[in-house]
Amino acid sequence: MTAVYEVFRRERAGSAMQHAGSIVAPDERFAEIYAREQYGRRGESDALWLVPREAVNEIGEFVDEFDLKYRRVDGYSIKERLKEARERAGAAPAQPGG
Amino acid sequence: MPDEYRKRLTKFVEMHANSELMGVLPERDWILRAPTLQRKLALTAKIQDEVGHAQLLYRVVEDLGKPREACLDDLIAGRSKFHNVFHYPTRTWGDVGVIAWLVDAAAIISQKALLKCSYAPYARIMRKICWEESFHILHGRDVILTLVTGTDGQRELVQEALDRWWEPLMMFHGNPIPADEDPMVQWRIKSQGNEEARQQFLEGYVSQVWELGLTLPDPKLRRADDGTWEYTEPDWDKLTAVVSGHGPASAERIAFRRLSRAEVEWVSRAVLAEAA
Repeated sequence: MTAVYEVFRRERAGSAMQHAGSIVAPDERFAEIYAREQYGRRGESDALWLVPREAVNEIGEFVDEFDLKYRRVDGYSIKERLKEARERAGAAPAQPGG
Repeated sequence: MPDEYRKRLTKFVEMHANSELMGVLPERDWILRAPTLQRKLALTAKIQDEVGHAQLLYRVVEDLGKPREACLDDLIAGRSKFHNVFHYPTRTWGDVGVIAWLVDAAAIISQKALLKCSYAPYARIMRKICWEESFHILHGRDVILTLVTGTDGQRELVQEALDRWWEPLMMFHGNPIPADEDPMVQWRIKSQGNEEARQQFLEGYVSQVWELGLTLPDPKLRRADDGTWEYTEPDWDKLTAVVSGHGPASAERIAFRRLSRAEVEWVSRAVLAEAA
């Protein structure tokens, strides 16, 4: 049996781990050998993370059940309101002394 | 993911993977005949890179739903394709230089455009592939420069190889189907048209060939005033024939792949047994 391992690599100390690709291996020992060959043999990585794909708990759906749009940037219609406010200001009588 | 997108993408990445795997065979022939130990090591490293690319690409294909075993079965049965340039024999060490320099240069143009592919897992591994291909071009250019600064015989080796490789190189990017009619461009799998890629290749490399005093076997080849390159139209039917297994070395290459698959089958059995 083989398993898929997701490979994350860090280019240098201090930078973020980034997803690099995946490898397929019969166990962790082989996964390590393959990952070193594929993602580290030219000194291009400072560290690797190997994560069995099965261990990844993916969350992909974000349902807004209670319409909490005030928490999101698209929850405010600034553009239209601003337009309206400007129009009103333009139509208003001139400022005293202006 | 729409079915048509998945289908086209899978076929495209599989063809790319096959090309990396089959692409090492012409070069493999020269490992034992490399002129120096350094060249032998560099060539072996290039071959390791290309096989590594095949591994990464088959992983993408597997995730798209087609098992690796099925890809390898289809490859040796002649049911799937690989790039035209790997259907030709390598006759001399000059071929090794021309392949590493110009075939890889042509390939990197298509591959760089794939960095913008709409399928992100493919685009991500293209970053690594492009990075490694740049070493190959360097290696090829070094081989060529060594030969053209050597004896008359060595120089002749390069010219003769170039004469043979020019036609397959001009076919490499495919027929000039307009980008907006190319379904691969419409799905944003590819981001540039075939002719655009070929023009980029000519613009980048013809002058590099000419400056070495080498010639290219196309009397019509010239850069027009507007900057586009004119050339003799390749025989596109011939390209179709070559990539569907009727090239000068197609049968031999596929037979070799079949043989080596059978010969190393015990390795995967041993690895799986050991891990079990």
